[in-house]
Amino acid sequence: MEKQSIEQLQKICTQLRRDVLRMVHAVQSGHPGAPLGCAEFFVSLYFDILRHDPNFNMDGKDEDLFFLSNGHLSAGWYSVLARSGYFPVEELKTFRKINSRLQGHPATEEGLPGIRVASGSLGQGLSVALGAAQAKKLNGDDKLVYILLGDGELQEGQVWEAAMYAAHYGVDNLIATIDYNGQQIDGPTEKVMDLKNLKAKWEAFGWEVNEIKDGNNLEAVLEGLKKAKSLSGKGKPVMNLLYTEMGYGVDFMVGTHKWHGSPPSDEQLADALGQLEETLGDY
Amino acid sequence: MSLDLKFTYTEKKDTRSGFGDGFLEAGRKNPNIVGLCADLIGSLKMGAFQKEFPDRFFQTGIAEANMIGLAAGMTIGGKIPFAGTFANFATGRVYDQIRQSVAYSDKNVKICASHAGLTLGEDGATHQILEDLGMMKMLPHMTVINPCDYNQTKAATLAIAEHEGPVYLRFGRPSWPIFTPADQKFEIGKAWKMIDGKDVTIFATGHLVWEAVVAEAMLREEGIHAEVINIHTIKPLDEEAIMESVKKTGCAVSAEEHQINGGLGDSIAQTLSRHNPAPLEYVGVNDSFGESGTPTQLLEKYGLNAENIVKAAKKALARK
Repeated sequence: MEKQSIEQLQKICTQLRRDVLRMVHAVQSGHPGAPLGCAEFFVSLYFDILRHDPNFNMDGKDEDLFFLSNGHLSAGWYSVLARSGYFPVEELKTFRKINSRLQGHPATEEGLPGIRVASGSLGQGLSVALGAAQAKKLNGDDKLVYILLGDGELQEGQVWEAAMYAAHYGVDNLIATIDYNGQQIDGPTEKVMDLKNLKAKWEAFGWEVNEIKDGNNLEAVLEGLKKAKSLSGKGKPVMNLLYTEMGYGVDFMVGTHKWHGSPPSDEQLADALGQLEETLGDY
Repeated sequence: MSLDLKFTYTEKKDTRSGFGDGFLEAGRKNPNIVGLCADLIGSLKMGAFQKEFPDRFFQTGIAEANMIGLAAGMTIGGKIPFAGTFANFATGRVYDQIRQSVAYSDKNVKICASHAGLTLGEDGATHQILEDLGMMKMLPHMTVINPCDYNQTKAATLAIAEHEGPVYLRFGRPSWPIFTPADQKFEIGKAWKMIDGKDVTIFATGHLVWEAVVAEAMLREEGIHAEVINIHTIKPLDEEAIMESVKKTGCAVSAEEHQINGGLGDSIAQTLSRHNPAPLEYVGVNDSFGESGTPTQLLEKYGLNAENIVKAAKKALARK
């Protein structure tokens, strides 16, 4: 895929946000908050960082792979997959509807290109990504495996089983990212179940930790992901702490857990879309 | 007085060793086969594979949830993971991981579960899972296999290595008669009629196939001719074989080292009730947990041995 300028990538970010809001609004269900906060991450990954082929095949040999462990960000992931050529953009309108390949949470059952494992029940993705990374090593495949996790998801114990395992085996072809937005369904993570010092936690588990302080600044995200790549292959798994704001890009949605799993009304959608330029054409 | 058994044995061995030997052989045939184990390599008999293929074997530590996810991930890129632990930790402990990452995602993972059922023995009920077949057979895409002796377990292990899709393979710990041939062909989903009969059919799985063979000889001494069918594959169930046999005998007994609720007997009852209702008696654990004891003591106390199969057969016959 041809590299695009920052301006072009920025335009894709606003379009992704529009897609997410329109998808969730159309079916009056889904999770708008977190994918709005991860637009820069998704776009940086799929339009710059990943060496990937939108002509999808499950094994993904000699390609970088991406897994989404916090599957409720599906609207954002589907948008970036469609916008980067995995399936027709038109299909976004089927999101969460009967007989759709775009399930509420990502699934392989309907054969949607780009999805390699089901996710939604939290805490499982890091283990799967590690397995895929080790399979790459066994196959002599030097490409990388990327995965996104939610910060609230870290409350699941399986994540820490995987954390221990990754360092023990030195799975250094894996680049994980935590969407560090500090919010979960029931409120701020520090109130629900405080994560305390995440950097220290992952370092103590034997990971290389890379902080990306402004996760909603496209250039910072690109730079951070490039740095993460430079840290791979050195014997340690790499963890990006991506500081984002849930609901970023829409003034009344930003920084609160209230839009974790609530769709906007007609008026709210109009208000939100007024803040986001239609750049690539709505689906 | 000795029984006139239709199948006999000269040697006893644990079914887990059949798995271990089959796993090693499968690994030699196919370099894509990899192994994972959650700190029970010795118990699962996976050590020989680990020694011969150290780069293809992954000790996961006591972390079964992670192991299931790893196995699912390794299939992406073409590996065929055999993930081993005790049946309790291979199912109930990681049900959601299996459901989402393996079954729903239709991954080519082989879940290898040892120490299943009461015959685990002295460790007691915490480890004696009696619900695993039910949990696994309810999952779409999952194939569920419960072989009866060393030879059949080895053959089943080789067969699942060549089968594409998620599989649950259940075996056990006790030393058990080896009464099936070493060179048997194992066909997934195909029941094996071991003994022809006309009065009652005994559908047995796992260790209880041997008890069924003994029960058949006991019944024959009383002039009752039982048909014995080895249901090594719980799912997909060989409904054709079940219907064909019951059409002839008119009644049946199911025998399994598992809860009656949700087990093989339930699947057979479903088949019979849909196609041709007939009396069916269940030999299995009746809604209780197990306890510590020797395998023989436990099978006797919980009503799972040959004597109980004989009683159940007579009860089924009386209901014809």
